[in-house]
Amino acid sequence: MPREDVMKWLRSQFMPHIWCPGCGHGIIMHAMLRALTSLDMDPDKTVISSGIGCSSRMPGYIDACTLHTAHGRSLAFATGVKMVNPELTVLDVMGDGDCSAIGGNHFIHACRRNIGITAIVMNNSIYGMTGGQASPTTPVGAIASTAPYGAVDPPFDICRLAIGAGATFVARATIAQPQLCESLIKKGIQHDGFSVIEIMTHCHTQYGRKNKLGRPLDNFNYFKDRSVMKAKADSMSQEELDGKYVIGELFYKGDAEEYTKKYARVIERAGR
Amino acid sequence: MPKKFNVIINKIWCKGCSLCIGICPKKVLELDDQVKCEPVRLSDCIGCRQCENVCPDFAITVKESE
Repeated sequence: MPREDVMKWLRSQFMPHIWCPGCGHGIIMHAMLRALTSLDMDPDKTVISSGIGCSSRMPGYIDACTLHTAHGRSLAFATGVKMVNPELTVLDVMGDGDCSAIGGNHFIHACRRNIGITAIVMNNSIYGMTGGQASPTTPVGAIASTAPYGAVDPPFDICRLAIGAGATFVARATIAQPQLCESLIKKGIQHDGFSVIEIMTHCHTQYGRKNKLGRPLDNFNYFKDRSVMKAKADSMSQEELDGKYVIGELFYKGDAEEYTKKYARVIERAGR
Repeated sequence: MPKKFNVIINKIWCKGCSLCIGICPKKVLELDDQVKCEPVRLSDCIGCRQCENVCPDFAITVKESE
């Protein structure tokens, strides 16, 4: 993808961005902009909503209709936008804490409704902006500032949570596959229903320093070595998959009706 | 005649994270004395665009040169 097309989507007056050198959020933003560019989307009809956290700084750099909202409540705002104007393409960028801890309720209910929003969850296993506290996705045994002897709680699997709650397109990628991120985000936007794309990323500043992954490249190779495509993972045992990230399209249900279409019938019946 | 590529670096946006340097299969890139990315072996570039896609700072453009 030529860079000029992508540059049109950037508010370049705010660049270089606030993220640390080598932060995976930049890779995800780049993949997202490439996906939007290749789908030939109109920035005036694209809404990007975010909550609070490092990941949620993203819409500030994107020249579309952007919304920086309350912590964890970005999906609630995005739902409102989509309900008022179902013609719009609504994307929602969230961090792992934003999605599964503070906004856990909003997340499962958005999944349940199957509303046409594309949720991109940037999972860096830590609360990076506030000082490296353990989040619901911190792996067992990993060191965090609130877990100096290793995290005890079993982590959330955001993709399985989304499938269980009723999302109709669920996929996972890591920052070691920027092209896969792009194609999955593209499919998510094209899908008529709630799509969740979890992208494993890193926080080498807050998480990596304490867990022997201090350089961006270490993290990149870490994800590269531990990624397994869905097709291959199906033939692997549970023990073999331990500590691996299953990537690719994990779940797809094409026949479920989208929420705003169902709601349009309610409006019709109410005679408004 | 193999294709030739030009790697353009926006040194104002580059933060010197070295992701592109580690990823490049042909070792085209290196850090300069300002800790910014610099293409030092341009003739080796095969135009795979991995550096462009992985750059978190939107600082790299790979272009086919005439």
